[in-house]
Order: sequence, then C-alpha cells, then structure tokens
Amino acid sequence: MSVSNTASPRGTEIGRGVAPSTVRYNREVPGLGDPVFEVSGLSIHYGSNKAVRDVNLKVGPRQITAMIGPSGCGKSTVLRTLNRMNDLIPGARVEGRVTYHGEDLYASDVDPIEVRRRIGMVFQKPNPFPKSIYDNVAYGPKINGVRGNMDDLVEETLTKAALWDEVKDKLKESAFALSGGQQQRLCIARTIAVNPEVILMDEPCSALDPIATLKIEDLMYELASEYTIVIVTHNMQQAARVSDRTAFFTAGVDDAGDRYGSLVEFDETATIFSKPSDQRTEDYISGRFG
Amino acid sequence: MSTEAPEAPQAPEDSRGGTLRSGKGRLADPIFKWIVATCATIVLVILALMVIRTTSEAWPVFVKEGFFGFLLGEEWVSGSSRTEITGTYGAWPFIYGTLVTSVIAIVIALPLAIMVAVYLTHLAPRRIAKPLSYTVELLAAVPSVIFGLWGLHWFLPNVMRPFFAWLESVLGWLFLFEGPVRGVGYLPAGIVLAIMILPIMTAIIREVVAVQPVEQQMAAYALGSTRWEVVTKVILPASFSGIVAAAMLGLGRALGETIAVLMLIGGAQSWGVSLFSPGSSMASHIAATFGESSPESRIALMAIGVALFLVTMIVNILARVVVWRLGQFTGDAAV
Repeated sequence: MSVSNTASPRGTEIGRGVAPSTVRYNREVPGLGDPVFEVSGLSIHYGSNKAVRDVNLKVGPRQITAMIGPSGCGKSTVLRTLNRMNDLIPGARVEGRVTYHGEDLYASDVDPIEVRRRIGMVFQKPNPFPKSIYDNVAYGPKINGVRGNMDDLVEETLTKAALWDEVKDKLKESAFALSGGQQQRLCIARTIAVNPEVILMDEPCSALDPIATLKIEDLMYELASEYTIVIVTHNMQQAARVSDRTAFFTAGVDDAGDRYGSLVEFDETATIFSKPSDQRTEDYISGRFG
Repeated sequence: MSTEAPEAPQAPEDSRGGTLRSGKGRLADPIFKWIVATCATIVLVILALMVIRTTSEAWPVFVKEGFFGFLLGEEWVSGSSRTEITGTYGAWPFIYGTLVTSVIAIVIALPLAIMVAVYLTHLAPRRIAKPLSYTVELLAAVPSVIFGLWGLHWFLPNVMRPFFAWLESVLGWLFLFEGPVRGVGYLPAGIVLAIMILPIMTAIIREVVAVQPVEQQMAAYALGSTRWEVVTKVILPASFSGIVAAAMLGLGRALGETIAVLMLIGGAQSWGVSLFSPGSSMASHIAATFGESSPESRIALMAIGVALFLVTMIVNILARVVVWRLGQFTGDAAV
C-alpha cells in the first residue's frame, strides 16, 4: 500500500497550511455509489429504554460522513452499532437493519470480532495501550496473525497517520510520553494498521487543542481517499470543514416522558449548512440551541 | 481638589470585616500531624526492637554453628543445657520446608486467583459475581486451624491421597514425585496453603483488574480482539505490578503460616526432595517444639525466627526487583 500524500483520487489537492474549510468546499462531493452502510429503521434499546428511534441513512465509500447533534441525541450510539461495539454494553439491543455491503451486520452468524477488524474505531479520549509506540501499532496486526515485516508495516502505518517524523526516533518509548494530539494520531495509526475498510471516529478531537484538532482533520481528509470515515462530532465547524455528508440528530421527549434520539436530516454537508430542509437543523447550526 | 471627601458609608460589622490573622492560631493541624507521626514511628520502633531482641537472644547459636552453618546445617539435635549451647542446630530442613510449601502454594494459587479475578470482573453475570466474591472473601475469614483440621481429616484422605497415588504412578520417575506416598508432607501442606492464600490474592487482583481503564479494552475490542486477547494482552500486562503485589502478600502469609502447616506437613526434622516427604517448616517447627523446649533449644528456636525473618525479607526484595525489571517491559504504568 502506498502512502497517500499525493492528490486525492477526486482530483483535489490537499494543501498543508491551507485552512481546511476552504480546502473542503473546493472538493466535489463523491456520490453515495454502492453504499458501505445502509441503516434502515434502526432503533437501539438500553434495557427497557428505547434510546434511539427509527434512523435511516447511508454511508458512501471513501468519503467522510459526519454525525452531529446535541448531547443525548444518540449519534455516538448509532456510530457504535456500525461495528457492533454496542454488543459490549450490557442490556443494549438493536432493532431494524444495518447492512455492510448488503450483508446484515446483525445476522446471527456474523462474527463481531471479524466485523470490528474491518470496521475500526477511534475514540473520544486518546486511549493508547500502556505499551511502546511500536507495540501500539503492532498490536492489531499481531492479534490478527499478520505475517511479514512488522517494522515496515509500523513505519508505513505511522507515515500514513502523519506521525512517523515525530516518533521515528522513539518507537520504543511509552505511548504515554506523547502529547494528546500525537496520542490520538497514534490511535488512528493503530486502527489503520489492521487495514480496515471503515474508520469510525467518536468525537476524536474533543479532548484536543485547536492545533492538534486541525492536524487530525488534515489527516482524516487524507485518509478519506482510501478509507470510509464516519465521524461523530460536537463541533459543527468540524463537520462543515471535513465531511462530505452530514446527519443531524436531535434529542426529543416522547409522550411517556422518556428522552430519545432520532435522525432529523441527512444530506450533503453543504446543503445541511446552507439550506437545511428542517427548521430544527437550521436552529441548531445557526446556534439557536444545542 | 477638596480633601474633604464625603463621608464613606460605614461597613457594617459583619463577617466580612475584621482581620485575616487568626489570633488563636490553628492548633488542630499540628496536633493531628504529631499524632500520626508518632503512630508511624511506634511501628518502626517495635519492628526494630523485635529484630534486635531476637537477634541478640539467638546470638550464641550463631556463634556456635556459624551463621551459614546454622542456615545450611541439616541436623537438629536439641541439648538441654541451661548455660551453654551443647546440641547441634542446623535449620536447613525447616528453611527448605518453608520454601517448598510456599512455592507449591503460590504456584497453585496464583493462576487460580488470576482466573477467578478475571471471571469476577469481566465474565460473570452480575448476579453471580457479587455472591461469589463474597464467598471468596469469606474464605479469608476462616481460621487457619479449621483449614488444618479440614485438610487433615477430610481433604487429605478423600481427595489428596487418591490424587497423590495417581500422581506418583504417572510422574513417579521424577524426583519431585518419588514415592512412597505417606499422606502428610510438603505437598498436602502446600495445597492447603494455596487454598488459604487464594482469597487475599483474588481480592487484590480483582481490585487491580477492575480499575484497568475501560477505554483501552474498548480500543482492543475495536481492533478485532477476542475477549481472551483483551484479557491476556491488555488487562493482565497492565495489572502486572498489582498481580506481583498480590503474590507477595500471599507468599508472606504462606511463609509464616503455622498451625495448618503444622497439622499437614508431618513434623519430621529431616528433609527430602520428594514433595511427598514429611518435613517441617520454620514456623511449624517453632510451634511444635516451643512448649517443651529446654533453655538452650529455645535460643535455637529464636534463631529460626531470625532466619524466617531473613527469608521473608529476601523474598520481598527479590519480588520488588522482579517488578522493577519486568515492569519496564510489560508497560505497567504503576512501575
């Protein structure tokens, strides 16, 4: 696999030092094509509580799909259904249909381990293992039985995650010695080291300062030429800067008084941020609530 | 400009007024500090007095046998003099008995404790985990004499004897399991010790394992790890120093345990390499012979006490070195 520092397949140059927002809007939005995920009628229960109701959306290949919305709107919950991380939460139950390349992710014979190997995840707080930088990257390939030159794989992966130059002289040092932004890029490297098709990102920049955030956004942008990325973010500007499509979720209260999250609108990012079709979306992006 | 400022409204004499200096001074903090410092000092002083006192009492035995002669001597013949050391005192059979029973105990208990702890924290459904951990902790409250009685009268004849016979028939060619199988001996004492130290080790390992960051486990799952891989490659390596600490506490208890060992080890004043051999541990020998000891053999028993203290200390130091050396490779943040 080659390092993708060159032009993205969509013909847009990725300029370092150029404000991501301007870069973003020069890019043509890729079509949904043959969708990677198709979510239809998805509801998620926690115990007796139906926390997320009736979500329908599609995630296109090699592009960035953002999920935004106020706290408690269920965007992270929906994200975790895409690689079956919700399985690990006691009492969580999924209703409806989530397909990955047309295959039902929740069919009884689907192995969640295999699902997660192909659909990686980056978390809100940088969570490197308490191991060396090298071992963090090598962990995934090792457990997945990857043979071949691990040193090369680690270098290639760290280069792809735009971290190699900063860490090449201290690969054996603890990952905890890195800054927060570097740790998060290491976590991205760890995820792409197993060569997934999809990277799910759950508010990956919420614990980082603006400079580190921009670096991650640059990185996501570059990775989108090779990977399908779904990002949950609190930061609307971030969604506007990096994503091709945006799903806006909101939190509501039903007749019984239970809070639940639902999808309001799903469209191309430019449309969501310029002429949303739902009043609630417009209120949210214009800062009237949330 | 007029110097006559309009009279400022007088601040009422409320709690905001007054000086910042406390006239009385705060006495509580210094007093508290002195009390806790004194308590800490008392512990040290008691320990030092014990070491000094036992060592000086035991001195004549070390003088006669020589320090290493005492530790490595294999013969123990009590004399009955009031004024001098007339017997032969070699503590090796007891040192060996202590070490071998403790090693057996730790070798059996450590993997068990790790597995129970992992089960309780990560695998057991909550309604099973709670009662089960209470039960394990309850085991720690059982007096050791009960373990001894139960071990001797039920566990030994019903479980261990048949097991030993089988072990001897399969592994009898190995010096460790050479017959004859006598019943009491190092192995039964070690096995019962393992049961006795299991609760404390399980409790500590469970605590350590439970506080490992969930984020890292989630990261491992998100990379396609199985539960087994999350446990063995993420949770346990990060818990390394805690697991060693648990092993140390268990070992400390095993080294010093007296009554249960006394009842199961056989009480011989000799030693043998077969785990089926009867013997004595340092603590069990002191307890067994202290009652009818002569003045000079009492001094020799005091010397065993010193040796026990030394062995315990050396084991602890070794363990710290192990944690320090290996901790660098396992990435345990606590090292």
